[in-house]
Amino acid sequence: MPTPMHSHLTDLAPSSSPRGGAASPALSPVPPAISVHGLRKSYSGVEAVRGIDLEVPVGEICALLGPNGAGKTTTVEILEGYRSRDAGRVEVLGCDPATERGRLKPRLGIVFQEAAVEPYLTVRETVAMYAHLYPGHRGVDEVIELVGLAHRRAERVVGLSGGQQRRLEMAIALVGDPDLLFLDEPTTGFDPAARHEAWEVVRALARLGKTVVLTTHYMDEAQYLADRVVVIVGGRVVAEGPPATLGLRQRAGARIRYRLPAQDTPPGELAAAPDADGFVEIHAEDPVALLHRLTGWALEHEQPLEGLEVIRPSLEDVYLELTRRGGGAST
Amino acid sequence: MSAAVLTLDQIRYVNKAFWRNPMRAFFTFAFPLMFLVIFTALLGNGVVHIGPRAVKESTYYVASMAAFGVITACFSNTAMMTTFNRDDGVLKRLDGAPLPRAIFFASRILHSIFVAFLLVGITAAFGHFAYGAQLATGMTLLRFLVMLLVGSASFCALGYAITAAIPNGDAAPPVVNFTIMPLLFLSGIFIPFGNGTPDWVQWVGRIFPVRHFAVALQAGFLGTPFRWDDVAAVAGWGLAGLVLSVRYFEWEPRR
Repeated sequence: MPTPMHSHLTDLAPSSSPRGGAASPALSPVPPAISVHGLRKSYSGVEAVRGIDLEVPVGEICALLGPNGAGKTTTVEILEGYRSRDAGRVEVLGCDPATERGRLKPRLGIVFQEAAVEPYLTVRETVAMYAHLYPGHRGVDEVIELVGLAHRRAERVVGLSGGQQRRLEMAIALVGDPDLLFLDEPTTGFDPAARHEAWEVVRALARLGKTVVLTTHYMDEAQYLADRVVVIVGGRVVAEGPPATLGLRQRAGARIRYRLPAQDTPPGELAAAPDADGFVEIHAEDPVALLHRLTGWALEHEQPLEGLEVIRPSLEDVYLELTRRGGGAST
Repeated sequence: MSAAVLTLDQIRYVNKAFWRNPMRAFFTFAFPLMFLVIFTALLGNGVVHIGPRAVKESTYYVASMAAFGVITACFSNTAMMTTFNRDDGVLKRLDGAPLPRAIFFASRILHSIFVAFLLVGITAAFGHFAYGAQLATGMTLLRFLVMLLVGSASFCALGYAITAAIPNGDAAPPVVNFTIMPLLFLSGIFIPFGNGTPDWVQWVGRIFPVRHFAVALQAGFLGTPFRWDDVAAVAGWGLAGLVLSVRYFEWEPRR
């Protein structure tokens, strides 16, 4: 709910949500949608979750990133009420999912990684059947429209493509008009166009004030959708923050890349051994100064600096670095 | 929605899904008829002695195959379909929604009862036209229908209960067949008990619900005595199945 007041707060606090959905707790009396402290869970002696703390404010899109087996799904399933926990305090929409699952269920929407529906019902029948389970559900046709299945509403589930079945999952998750949505790898198996459509659906939900917890392997998905990214490795949170600044990405060193046609080489710090294609790549802690010197030299010597680019570490680079370090630390 | 309306709503969708798999629906009804034709072709001209009475073996098989059909539809099919649905994540998905468990079980058991009545109706009609078997009328018919109601619900509950002992869909057919096939044979469904039936076989029949159910259904076709003990025995098993289902039923695939 981006009210004027919220956007004003956002201006004051640039590190908070870009859409203003997630005002900082100190300024807002609204308790967080999810609050987790010291969460632990073991499966037959192996600790899958080793002390996770997590707070998701109402209206935020929070992405959980991490390699397979990092404890993401276990964490999410504890929040959904599917799993019990060994230790820690968990509150979801003011309920303890372990003991108050019945109260929680009508307010949750879930897109599962592996789940299915009765194959012989049509799209419309399936969504209607689920709608009837929720006290204050949304319009069945409206939701089918929203996920882009209107033209397939009379089709049986067996006749849907993989991507369409995932969209049906999304429709089921939405039809109960939930306050909190869990999306477990919601666009895996989508083609690029379908992914962008699904992203628009998720953003539209956030604008309605819904809180979204998303697990994903796609960095572009996290980058595009999430207000905040939480990286989980080996059952622990190793980093969290807005995607633009995760792991101090905005301040991390950059690489400068260019190619020289002639044998002429720039002085010292601006040069390096060219690769097979003749490209030179230099590391720059301060790319602004280095670039200035490089371009100054190029102008002076009338060198074109073909394909010149400054490469910042992508979210994926940061993620890979974090998971590499996190994985090393946990062994 | 009130609980009753929601139950009816669920039955409606379960029923739609049932008929939209035509092969599943067809063979549910054709299976007992096929066995009826085979057994009567092989042994139909004989005579079965039940207590002091001698009855036509073809009539005996109409009653037995009606019982067999109900047990297959309610116990075996329920156990297998439920395990497949659990493997596929259909149950996990439902469990994420606020569907009360009582309504989940009630709607599905009621639908199985409906299928059982239809199946017995078809078997009785086939038995009547093909073999001249006559279903009783009046109070005998009413008692027959009570047993059918209790029996189909109970075998369905037992079908849900046994899923807790089935690890995955691949194991469902062997586990189900291993449980039910010996009981069908040891309860005189395929081969009528004679005078020389060993004691231990008689005891198997007394302990487990299959023979009680079959004997009570026979009473509706053969005019043999109907005993409420049989209904009580089947109902007892059904209740036990229900309690076990509520306690041990699993909604998620096992890994």
